[in-house]
Amino acid sequence: MPIKGELRDFSTTQILNLINLAKKSGTLTIFNAQKSGVKEKVNGKDRERIDPGAERAKVSFKAGKLIYATMQGQEGNLVSVLNKAGKLTDEQARIIRERAKNTSDKALALLLINANYVSQNDVLNSVQQHILNVIYALMSLNEEPFRFEDDLAPDPNRIHVPIDLENVIIEGSRRIKEIEELNQHLPNLDMALRFPENPKEKFKGIHLSVEEWRVVSFVNPKNTIRQIAKANNMSEIEIRRIVYGLEQAGLVELVKPAGMEGAGKPGSPQQGNQQRRPVQKPQVQKVVVNRLIDKIRSI
Amino acid sequence: MQTVKMVITGPFSAGKTQFISSISEIDVVSTESKLSSDAEKKEKENTTVAMDFGRITVDEDLVLYLFGTPGQRRFDFMWEILAEGMLGFVVMVDSTKPETFREAKSILETFRAYAPTPYVVAANKQDHPDAWSTDDLRIALRIEEGVKLLPCVAKDKESVKSVLLELLYSILETMDDKA
Repeated sequence: MPIKGELRDFSTTQILNLINLAKKSGTLTIFNAQKSGVKEKVNGKDRERIDPGAERAKVSFKAGKLIYATMQGQEGNLVSVLNKAGKLTDEQARIIRERAKNTSDKALALLLINANYVSQNDVLNSVQQHILNVIYALMSLNEEPFRFEDDLAPDPNRIHVPIDLENVIIEGSRRIKEIEELNQHLPNLDMALRFPENPKEKFKGIHLSVEEWRVVSFVNPKNTIRQIAKANNMSEIEIRRIVYGLEQAGLVELVKPAGMEGAGKPGSPQQGNQQRRPVQKPQVQKVVVNRLIDKIRSI
Repeated sequence: MQTVKMVITGPFSAGKTQFISSISEIDVVSTESKLSSDAEKKEKENTTVAMDFGRITVDEDLVLYLFGTPGQRRFDFMWEILAEGMLGFVVMVDSTKPETFREAKSILETFRAYAPTPYVVAANKQDHPDAWSTDDLRIALRIEEGVKLLPCVAKDKESVKSVLLELLYSILETMDDKA
């Protein structure tokens, strides 16, 4: 029977753990979260119901191992994967795409290996990295509907690389922890950035990446971090990571807009379990339990 | 006359009232009230406020009472009172609603903390096409191998009997262990 749910209730890490422990084969489909506007009651609290939207990603497993993953909007074919990994140039990729339109990835891989374009390791490593990139991206999702269908196999034309899930789960958890730490450090993307005093001094001898320069170019107390991310087409995680690095290096300072004091502070901790007195245990004899068993059997 | 008590607990709308109704010899004395919010009403019309109450008379000397706890957290002050003197408890889980699994696990741990009595987990609505299998539920709820996680259809009397019998067998086993 299929497993259905939402990532806000059962996270990607938990799903991977379930698939790993149960040694499952099948395909996990994650859908875009479509807010319905309808309230539902869950565990005594109101929340908005989420309906499954378009397919966002598909991840396939065989006997508890990850074998293939594809994300909507990302070309998952071999040529694109090798091109992205730097194993094929843009021009080579363009030519191969034209000439091998109807060739399966497996057949194409053989052709490319035989023609000495790439080695077998290049193919396997690139595909594996592509699969892992998809999975790690999925691990940061936290509300989307999902469905796992047993024995639903992935596209046979793609190359499947078996990957142990244990390491994926550990690495994914580490990344989630990093994201949580970044969120904790920078809880509010509506803050702005400014340069410190004597910025020239601070920037002397510093080598910034292209992405960091893109962010730096927008530093202005009028621009919120969210706006900078949008202008640079960066995800929340990417901008948090860059801002964190810049701030730690003393290159930028966070500016708290007026009226936002206290925003982003962690909420008051939940009340812990109150000290309870131990409840009284009943004194029941075995013969009583046996009489209950006989009675229920006879009902 | 001796009376013994079992508690049927679990999240909101897990099927506790139905479970008791399926086997109780009396109409369940239910203290259900009309739900207040629209979202709650979508789930079901009534919910258990203080407790459900079912009875199975063994003979004139022995009666088993089944108490169903209210699923909503705002009534959890009643749980400890209901747990007092229980022989064992059943944690009902709606197998089709993963959004309630975390709450089910939390309720299970709360009742375990009340008293070290035997318990079983009943995976309800196993007749539903969207139901998670018991194997998957065991992993999802992190239920140890030694704890019984049983398929259940609360509206089916035989299924309810089977869950209660398994709980009683567990109770017997703990008595054997102590003997």
